[in-house]
Amino acid sequence: MIVFDRVNKYFGDFQVLKEINLTINKGEVVVVIGPSGSGKSTLLRCINRLETISEGSLSINGLNVADKKTDINKLRRNIGMVFQHFHLYPHKTVLENIMLAPRKVLGQSESEAKKIAQKYLEKVGIGDKANSFPSQLSGGQQQRVAIARGLAMGPDIMLFDEPTSALDPEMIGEVLDVMKALAHEGMTMVVVTHEMGFAREVADRIVFMDEGRVLEEATPAEFYANPREERARLFLSRILNH
Amino acid sequence: MLDFSILTENLDMYLLGFKNTIMSSLIALVASLILGVFVAIMRIAPIKPLNWLGTAYVEFIRNIPLLIITFFFFLGLKLSGLYAGTLALTIYTSSFIAEAIRAGILSVPKGQMEAARSSGLTYGQAMRLVILPQAVKIVIPPLGNQFINLVKNSSILAVVAGLDLMYHGDLISSRTFVVFDVYIFVAAFYLILTIPLSLGVGYLEKRLAKSN
Repeated sequence: MIVFDRVNKYFGDFQVLKEINLTINKGEVVVVIGPSGSGKSTLLRCINRLETISEGSLSINGLNVADKKTDINKLRRNIGMVFQHFHLYPHKTVLENIMLAPRKVLGQSESEAKKIAQKYLEKVGIGDKANSFPSQLSGGQQQRVAIARGLAMGPDIMLFDEPTSALDPEMIGEVLDVMKALAHEGMTMVVVTHEMGFAREVADRIVFMDEGRVLEEATPAEFYANPREERARLFLSRILNH
Repeated sequence: MLDFSILTENLDMYLLGFKNTIMSSLIALVASLILGVFVAIMRIAPIKPLNWLGTAYVEFIRNIPLLIITFFFFLGLKLSGLYAGTLALTIYTSSFIAEAIRAGILSVPKGQMEAARSSGLTYGQAMRLVILPQAVKIVIPPLGNQFINLVKNSSILAVVAGLDLMYHGDLISSRTFVVFDVYIFVAAFYLILTIPLSLGVGYLEKRLAKSN
């Protein structure tokens, strides 16, 4: 479904992604971990072309993402994205946040979009906040709205870029619960996170990155029990033993 | 003591000038706002030649005196004073407005554009539906300043016989041989325009701040 083939990416002289080969299949939950600056977020952002790749090829359902002829807006409809800092629209209510893209991109009617938005709000457990503004919500609630906003487009793929890193510890659970439920429903998910519990429990595959390379790909059971790479072992010992 | 007979005896001339100043300012205000938004978007849009064009426009227009732009339309293109002045005001003010709006757009966090684009909205839709509504709040105070300046700058019309308030003030002064009192009343008329404008901007600023 998502295929990276020898992808390189440079920011000026600095190479952020080095020879990335990675295939993510339909219905798979892939968790990308690694130290900061390892290129995890950049990798994720290439998938919906928030970042462009410099070399190699990247395709989604057979469509070349980098190709100028690919209608990127059409591609993006099928890829929901959740950001570390939520990026809800502060001038719109929760409901309006969720309805905007279905109305303007998919051309849904007001009532249809509203029904769908309400459905996903219930799904993420905050149906009663429909008419609040984002600033009136807690971080965890805001992030759940952001997930509902992504889901309302009916995407095939959901991308999560450190979705719990900006949250108070108490709020992390509620967001992870929503993500777990989504994973169990068979959504294709690519998740950049430091939540090892989530990775262990939900991921079909762990991708470990360091300095722009994918160093290791393994199932959570393999990876946590016996990481092959020395760098991965060091990383795990640092974040698990504290 | 101020001689109020100057005002009462020349009231029709004052009012005619006042009316023309309002008209010219209003047209220039709306037109420069529209033009300013376009130039601001040109400067920000991810298309290099548009950026250059927008930058060239702003740097060229805002760095020459308003009077010269007015002469260009009046003497160069032989427009009437009222037209030449209003057009010059529009173009001159639009360069400042473009800069204020550009700053406002840039102050909206980058993530807003990314969130909008990643949901499939086009650049134009994201700009119109997500970025600009947020930029407006930030832009209101500097925009207010530009509008107040615009009303005062409209006195440039007097130089090209633009039939505005200042022009009629000059006329009254040369007829009555009175200087001080005539222009005090001219100033009062300008204040009638600018003070409500100033208060209106302050009100708008407060109201928009609340909705955040």
